[in-house]
Amino acid sequence: MAAGVATWLPFARAAAVGWLPLAKKTMPKPPVDKKSRNDEILFVNVSGLRFQTWKNTLDRYPDTLLGSSEKEFFYNEDTQEYFFDRDPEMFRHILNFYRTGKLHYPKQECIQAFDEELAFYGIVPDIIGDCCMEEYRDRKKENQERLAEDTEAENATDTPLPPDSTSRERLWRAFENPHTSTMALVFYYVTGFFIAVSVIANVVETVPCRPPKGSKKDLPCGEKYTLAFFCMDTACVLIFTFEYLMRLFAAPSRCKFMRSVMSVIDVVAIMPYYIGLVMPENEDVSGAFVTLRVFRVFRIFKFSRHSQGLRILGYTLKSCASELGFLLFSLTMAIIIFATVMFYAEKGTKGTNFTSIPASFWYTIVTMTTLGYGDMVPNTIAGKIFGSICSLSGVLVIALPVPVIVSNFSRIYHQNQRADKMRAQQKVRLARIRLAKKGTTNAFLQYKEEGGFQGRGSDNALCLKNRSSFEHQHHHLLHCLEKTTNHEFTDELTFSEMCMTESVGYRTSRSTSISSQQGVSTSCCPRRAKRRAIRLANSTVSVSRGSVQELDTLQVHKTSSGPQSRSSLNARTEDLKLNCEDRDFTAAIISIPTPPANTPDESLPPSPAIPGILRNSRPTSFTHETVKISSL
Amino acid sequence: MGAVVGTLTMQTRQRQPSRDKVDDELEMTMVCHRPEGLEQLEAQTNFTKQELQVLYRGFKNECPSGVVNEETFKHIYAQFFPHGDASTYAHYLFNAFDTRNNGSIKFEDFVMGLSTLLRGTVREKLEWTFYLYDINRDGFINKEEMTEIVRAIYDMMGKYTYPALKGDVPKQHVDAFFVKMDKNKDGVVTLEEFVIACQEDENMMRSMQLFENVM
Repeated sequence: MAAGVATWLPFARAAAVGWLPLAKKTMPKPPVDKKSRNDEILFVNVSGLRFQTWKNTLDRYPDTLLGSSEKEFFYNEDTQEYFFDRDPEMFRHILNFYRTGKLHYPKQECIQAFDEELAFYGIVPDIIGDCCMEEYRDRKKENQERLAEDTEAENATDTPLPPDSTSRERLWRAFENPHTSTMALVFYYVTGFFIAVSVIANVVETVPCRPPKGSKKDLPCGEKYTLAFFCMDTACVLIFTFEYLMRLFAAPSRCKFMRSVMSVIDVVAIMPYYIGLVMPENEDVSGAFVTLRVFRVFRIFKFSRHSQGLRILGYTLKSCASELGFLLFSLTMAIIIFATVMFYAEKGTKGTNFTSIPASFWYTIVTMTTLGYGDMVPNTIAGKIFGSICSLSGVLVIALPVPVIVSNFSRIYHQNQRADKMRAQQKVRLARIRLAKKGTTNAFLQYKEEGGFQGRGSDNALCLKNRSSFEHQHHHLLHCLEKTTNHEFTDELTFSEMCMTESVGYRTSRSTSISSQQGVSTSCCPRRAKRRAIRLANSTVSVSRGSVQELDTLQVHKTSSGPQSRSSLNARTEDLKLNCEDRDFTAAIISIPTPPANTPDESLPPSPAIPGILRNSRPTSFTHETVKISSL
Repeated sequence: MGAVVGTLTMQTRQRQPSRDKVDDELEMTMVCHRPEGLEQLEAQTNFTKQELQVLYRGFKNECPSGVVNEETFKHIYAQFFPHGDASTYAHYLFNAFDTRNNGSIKFEDFVMGLSTLLRGTVREKLEWTFYLYDINRDGFINKEEMTEIVRAIYDMMGKYTYPALKGDVPKQHVDAFFVKMDKNKDGVVTLEEFVIACQEDENMMRSMQLFENVM
């Protein structure tokens, strides 16, 4: 909660007077502020530089060092001031945060020093104002990346493996980082060599060699020296298969490995060979088999394991995929338009090449990319006109945007990164703000659960945490609102649970922690609950469904908390008693139209803390509603 | 190709700033208001000098221009009630504090209101509350006004309450209120009826004393 509004709390509390005529019960007692209310000036000495500020200013943010009692540790009795042995220049910004509510990041300071100061003073960096937030984040990211690079560089060079690593781990490491051992290096070069050999063999295979004796036709070398090429291919595939199997064996996560790109490339590279072995020498099938051999060229992609640059290129293409796709799409649009136009323009001509629109695609592409093969030319005047428009626009479409697109890529790429960063940061920030908001609501709910309403002093010293007077007063204000409306604040979880179980007919209890005991209690005591309902129905009060369920819950809650009460008597029974009171009161209010003469919470006689049995008597006509609970 | 041009123009359009808003904001911050002297305020209200000083420092810190407009007021009040929606009730509160009906609260209005609420007599407090409830300032509280106020209060509770808000709970609450307050059963509550009924209500009188030590 923005603590600057701490100064408006008295006003909000005064405005609560407006609820009084509507409240059916008396308001709870306000917290007594024992400290003197006079505002005083504090002296803060930071390494010799003396700062002075009002105490109220520092109290605005009670969850920081200066706003909480933590600063008492730094209090110097002799000089009557708070002494911090920290950077005085930075402290100026910290103190300004208290004064103005906005934390600014000084651009000339080192980001790490600033972070350390913030951590010391207990200030969360997310509070940095929007004006300085981007700068802060960028510098921080930069710093982190630099640190990460440094540590990576350290780790990459020869960190010795832990001595008890399995052979599998060592093998994987050897594969990933060839420089670790000589064997790995040898293997790395050998595979590289064989990839090259395989690729070259694929290429040379198709070169025409001198025909064997007795034949005029030129044969491709692959068919002349079939055996040699087959042997080479076999050797390469054997090496690749061996490598793939070794990687598969060594991979820490086999599924993940099998799904990775490199492994897919490996498989595609060696599959054609095996398929070729398996397939029969059928003419039709071997046609398809020939197509498969094309995939052998994928072996060249295996080089990307050996080349960092290829990997970066691949990554860049992947990340610019959307832009490339868009370029392709716009090109396709232009091609379709022009192809259609050309087709219809050339339709009348006899013997034209433009036999269909898809046939015109080829012409359009060739013309737009300014290739101009000349295998398809328009003959009609309209066709020529449109053809020239096509080639001109081709120049514009392809030549002009290319540099723009290139720069767009880099700009969009960086922008996207920044936008994603900001979105992620925004999400985190919003989540934190929501969490802080929930924190205030939860603080109040927790306060209630801990039985903070008795205000009986020493008994509750254990339950109540160290709360500032601001929190006391704020919680009192919320409590007043609850009393005015006769409804209590709960959190989302319990509320949704209540809604769900209402439709079922049973209600789960309030705290989810004892929900596991629900099954036991509800099965044990449904009869008792029904008896309760019948007894109520006999009374003069008209029992609405709501109040029956109230008591159901009452029953269930108490029975299920029974075992708990054995362990820690005082605190829990008081807590239970509190819950009982609230429930009964609300049950009463729901069922009765006119408020009876209620007694305030405090005047209820404290029930004897008998383990497991709680008696709850009310001074109204519902005396027969004393609830007796036996511990489970 | 048109698509390419389209994307290029799209990039440029986003960068156009809204200049008008900045100028307006500059103008607004120029308006500054200074309160009357400390002695005068001390004479007019029931606060001591130190209390006025503390109040003003807080006020000035939140609203450097010296006036609170309704938006800021709603925002500040909503911070205290994160569970639900406090804007409607804050609106009525704002109107109650804004005695001059000019859409802004100066420090004097703020301090006068606080003085009545915290240091005033019981009758003064009740009159202020009546003034708050009487939305149209006609001297009577009718059921519609009361329903609006009560609804606004229940809105502050938010959605997650125990027990869950079912049916028209505000309306029932208003009916109960009218039964208590409207003595002559004419459908409206006058100031006298209100004051008398409240003074008869022991709970309320007891609760009022609890707000003594807010400052």
